[in-house]
Amino acid sequence: MAASNGKNFKVIGTRPIRHDGVDKVTGRAKYGADYAFPDMLFGKMLRSPYAHARIKSINTDKAKALPGVMAVMTAADLPDLPDRVESAGEAPINVAHLTQNLMARDKVLYNGHALAAVCATSPHIAEEAVALIEVDYEILPPVMTVEEAMKPGATILLPNLRNKEEGDKQTNVASHLQFKRGDVAEGFKSADYVVEREFKTAMVHQGYIEPHNAVAMYNSDGKGTIWCSTQGTFAVRGLSAAVAGIPEQDIKVVPAEIGGGFGGKLTIYLEPIALVFSKMTGKPVKMVMSRADVLRATGPTSGSTIRCKMGCTKDGKLVAAQVWMAYEAGAYPGSPVGAGAMTIIAPYVIPNMIIDAYDVVVNRPKTAAYRAPGATNAAMASETIIDELAEMCGIDPADFRLQNAVAEGAAQTAGPPYKKIGFVETLEALKNTPHYKSKLEGPYRGRGVASGFWFNIGLQSSAVVNLHGDGTASLVIGSIDIGGTRAAQAMVAAEVLGIGALDVRPQVADTDTIGYTDVTGGSRTAVTTGVAVFQAAEDAVRQLKERAAKLWEKKPEEIAYTDGVLSTAADPSKKLTLKEIAKQFARTGGPITGRANVNVRGVGPSFATTCVDVEVDPDTGKVKILRATCVQDVGKALHPSYVEGQIQGGTAQGIGWALNEEYVYDDKGILRNFGLLDYRMPTCLDLPEIETVLVEVPAPGHPIGSRGVGEVPIVPPVAAVANAIARATGIRMEVAPMSPPRLLKALLKKRNGADSQAAAAGR
Amino acid sequence: MAIVVVPALLRKLTDGVERVPVTGRNLGQVIEDLERQFPGFREQLVQNGEMKPSIAVSIDGEMGTGGLLDRVKDSSEIFFIPAIGGG
Repeated sequence: MAASNGKNFKVIGTRPIRHDGVDKVTGRAKYGADYAFPDMLFGKMLRSPYAHARIKSINTDKAKALPGVMAVMTAADLPDLPDRVESAGEAPINVAHLTQNLMARDKVLYNGHALAAVCATSPHIAEEAVALIEVDYEILPPVMTVEEAMKPGATILLPNLRNKEEGDKQTNVASHLQFKRGDVAEGFKSADYVVEREFKTAMVHQGYIEPHNAVAMYNSDGKGTIWCSTQGTFAVRGLSAAVAGIPEQDIKVVPAEIGGGFGGKLTIYLEPIALVFSKMTGKPVKMVMSRADVLRATGPTSGSTIRCKMGCTKDGKLVAAQVWMAYEAGAYPGSPVGAGAMTIIAPYVIPNMIIDAYDVVVNRPKTAAYRAPGATNAAMASETIIDELAEMCGIDPADFRLQNAVAEGAAQTAGPPYKKIGFVETLEALKNTPHYKSKLEGPYRGRGVASGFWFNIGLQSSAVVNLHGDGTASLVIGSIDIGGTRAAQAMVAAEVLGIGALDVRPQVADTDTIGYTDVTGGSRTAVTTGVAVFQAAEDAVRQLKERAAKLWEKKPEEIAYTDGVLSTAADPSKKLTLKEIAKQFARTGGPITGRANVNVRGVGPSFATTCVDVEVDPDTGKVKILRATCVQDVGKALHPSYVEGQIQGGTAQGIGWALNEEYVYDDKGILRNFGLLDYRMPTCLDLPEIETVLVEVPAPGHPIGSRGVGEVPIVPPVAAVANAIARATGIRMEVAPMSPPRLLKALLKKRNGADSQAAAAGR
Repeated sequence: MAIVVVPALLRKLTDGVERVPVTGRNLGQVIEDLERQFPGFREQLVQNGEMKPSIAVSIDGEMGTGGLLDRVKDSSEIFFIPAIGGG
């Protein structure tokens, strides 16, 4: 969709090839597990076979005695950190919980929880030695759901977790948030239609293709280096320093290429363990997880229970909402329930609302961020009910959303007003798509619509632009390239410098080479690092003007720089291209380096609306996705192909969440599907070409107008699929994933006459 | 005077009052004024002389970046909201 912020871009909005493309397609790109050094050792973790147990003793004698074993580690080899919440750049983190999650101290809190590690001359010896470690466990009852965890008298996971709202008692409820507006009771009184349902979404994994890895070398000078696949080198440095008890300034983190993260590589698992092993042995140490390790012990996102009630008038005006939501934090506090609460009704003007949100610990892996954390769960609840209310009012689902949509000036859930946003525009654009205009016919076929909101975040970034003697530039940033960052940021620099995107060579630098830069997450990188790169390039242009002023004996403010050419209105005969003045750098003052460090506030949030057509097999419950379109406000697309890729990826992940993905535990809390054959993610055979529409409502305050694009497309798909299934079958599914057995059960119940909502909702 | 919009669960400190007029040229001074008016507020928001990492601040519709040093105008509207992490 054509739109602009009034600027005539030359590079932004085009589709150059990616700078790192050749390395990627020829296999030369170096990922974390590719790093190798002479005399390198290999580390492996011992993981708990139980969901909940007290560690009575650990005997490592046999493991230590195995030839080839160089060191064995337990929590006793790491500092016993106190409860202390620190900012890890993007979100707060309790360092005691972090270190206990990496290496259990007194209790194991989930199946797969690490409690010891071995370092040996080969990975096979390390594995063999891990099996020789003897642990005496006192097995405790597992607490697997928020309902069990919140019951009075529930087994307590963390003895120090206390509920100050209820007399400072031990609890599994880590926090309670509340958002309130207007008078909910009065609001519901004015409603003609009210729908209330309880939804459950399963714990799901980010599913990045590359397992976690780390190579560490601790030198005799007391300095250590970590090479790893991460979404944030500075976060790895800070968190590893805390866990390992090594000063932050003594650690350098070098980013490897990254094979996906989606939020799951914002935190650490192996990095400080490898570093401490290297310190113990004096040799480089490599640790790489298996897929089973990844699924059992690294950050999935929360499963959730959400009770949502909403009401509207006959003419489709939303008047009240009441939400109770509890998210599984995993073994330690920190689910994204706050974000879930602040997104669940964010797209709509609802004058009366109350939202209560609970963060609950359970005997499952500690959750980590996953693409718009918390928002997809929430949208399944609210967007299903919105769809049902639209149906009751007899209003088209896009029109229903349009007439309740937030726009500039409307209050966000937490209170602050929205600035310029593009939700209305995405809905209008959806109505004009060939997909939405097409007819869907046939039995067991249905079309579902859902919308989603995500905040996007700002934070800190650094950038350096070096101009070279041939008129090209190199760009140094600290943001990990997880979805085309190098190409997009090179385009930003090229735009300002008036040169081609491929005339800028971008690189992601280590923590000693570039200024502090927060993680690649929160949909911040293109936007916020984009501001840093924009300003760094402007700084270089400022210096170019000074050089031309010197050559032409003018004042810098008399010099213009347009499309890579310096000129002055005072003398139209004088012009210098970047290439020409670059040859004169030496005699005008030396090399030119532009730089910028920013802490950006006020980034533009994003909205997306997804439309999905499905066909349900009434005999098996299998859902086939016939067509999917996502319409998203992207502000201004830097590189439209990568934006489209983000939208397609988010939609694909959302469809996987909707239809198949879930952690399956047995009654003892043991994970039963820790491989990708059983943890069923969608493949290209499961999905049609996902159509994308880029709506461009420029974000105010951003030099290009860009908004974060990576997260919001995962928010609507689960609800969109649920709504499509409802239109196809008449069944409102309340549990995700809506997998074949679950949907078939609901179909059979409906067919057999058990027509109550609960019976037919997939429970 | 600037206005602090009190989060729902902290309104127990303000007898249910949602919008509290405050004085101060920066966020630190605003919180000190809140503490003076409603004792107990500071410990909900501040830890070791800094804003708690779990709390974000919106001033006039923009997320604060300077912690207690963030500038506040007489006309400012201030919200304390949970810090959010993305993926």
